[in-house]
Amino acid sequence: MATKSLKARHNELAETNKQLDILSGGVFADGELPRFKDKLSNIGQYPLRPKKLEIFQINVGYMCNQVCEHCHVDAGPDRKEIMTKETMQQCLDVISHTGAHTLDLTGGAPEMNPNFRWFVEEAAKVGIKDFIVRSNLTIIMANKKYNDLPDFFKEYNIHVVSSMPHYTRGKTDKQRGDGVFDKSIQALKKLNEVGYGMPDSPLKLDLVYNPSGAFLPSDQAAMERDFKKALKEDFNIEFHNLFAITNLPISRFLDYLIASDNYEDYMYSLVEAYNPAAVANVMCTNTISVSWDGWLFDCDFNQMLGLKVASKVNHIKDYNEEVLNDRNIIISQHCYGCTAGAGSSCQGTVT
Amino acid sequence: MANNYYDPADLRKFGKISEWSEELGEKFFDYYGKVFEEGALSAREKSLIALAVAHVVKCPYCIDAYTKDGLQRGITKEEMMEAVHAGAAIESGATLVHGVQMMNKYNKLSM
Repeated sequence: MATKSLKARHNELAETNKQLDILSGGVFADGELPRFKDKLSNIGQYPLRPKKLEIFQINVGYMCNQVCEHCHVDAGPDRKEIMTKETMQQCLDVISHTGAHTLDLTGGAPEMNPNFRWFVEEAAKVGIKDFIVRSNLTIIMANKKYNDLPDFFKEYNIHVVSSMPHYTRGKTDKQRGDGVFDKSIQALKKLNEVGYGMPDSPLKLDLVYNPSGAFLPSDQAAMERDFKKALKEDFNIEFHNLFAITNLPISRFLDYLIASDNYEDYMYSLVEAYNPAAVANVMCTNTISVSWDGWLFDCDFNQMLGLKVASKVNHIKDYNEEVLNDRNIIISQHCYGCTAGAGSSCQGTVT
Repeated sequence: MANNYYDPADLRKFGKISEWSEELGEKFFDYYGKVFEEGALSAREKSLIALAVAHVVKCPYCIDAYTKDGLQRGITKEEMMEAVHAGAAIESGATLVHGVQMMNKYNKLSM
């Protein structure tokens, strides 16, 4: 398992243009598979347009204590892109005026940003309805200074959303690194201890399931049943909802697909599973994604592909929700990942 | 024309069998889809049965399809291998139970 990001390894897929070329070439260039744009045109949805903004998602930095094999951010300990306090302040100014009801902090490991706690304290004062932090769980156990995170999250009524690729050790460690499963279990127990994820507890703890390989997630409700049963029986762990998220063919997951000779089959699977009903609710229609350096994107995936919003307002310092909402969403073939089966988003299925 | 009998890419073309017999093809795929829906048995249980049968009928397409289906459903490799053994046990049992016929015939023909 790699311990460095694609960027640190000088892998050509660290270049977003290279990824975009791959996504538009091959089976899509020779017409073997239809382009995403054609699929949207068939149902009168091209160009794709935003609806009301509901989710404001901020990526506070690409640094992470883990180097997961499927990571679309290419995050890792060697990534130095970290949001500054100045950009955080610009975000706070926007959050206090936005119509969005959900604030969603992601990374990297967001907790590794040195101003993370200050930012959470300030953002919590705005009184946004649903305040999410995407925590990778192991960070809580990574260093003493993070051990009190469950209490910190509780104090600010943070909705914790955490990755857990499987309820067995082997599958989790293969995707996320040796020892990740055991540390994740310890972290979940600590979250449960302060009340997170317990039945009827207002302290929300949801888990994210990403397939650990070149296949799509299955029925979210069935997976949730299996996860709940196994985590309860084996470890006495409780959580609220499971979000099944499809891996999009970008960054390290794209690298894996190509290296394992699974790319073409995976794209076939995504296109075959295309569900027009999922298009209406894809997350780019109700989300704005902010990068560590303040640029605005239709979603976290477009952020990682360097595809800034197609609007004259494309940076947090110039934020104007009305102008921003009047834009065409940028798409490519990776978007099939959000419309496969029951659909996929940072909040799980969309149908 | 490929110079081998099985090509993994042919699995994607399965649906094309309807092109030469639309009515029968559609009836088959409707039936197939219905069979694997959640019912008295869960879709997960049916996926494991399909995997076992795929091995018994030695269908490489079905083995590919139901290994992937199992992964998608979060079925573990231990569960998959046990299903294959269940299929193999029935298949070898089916051979061995004919040993009784052999014994019957042997006894009948022997003085």
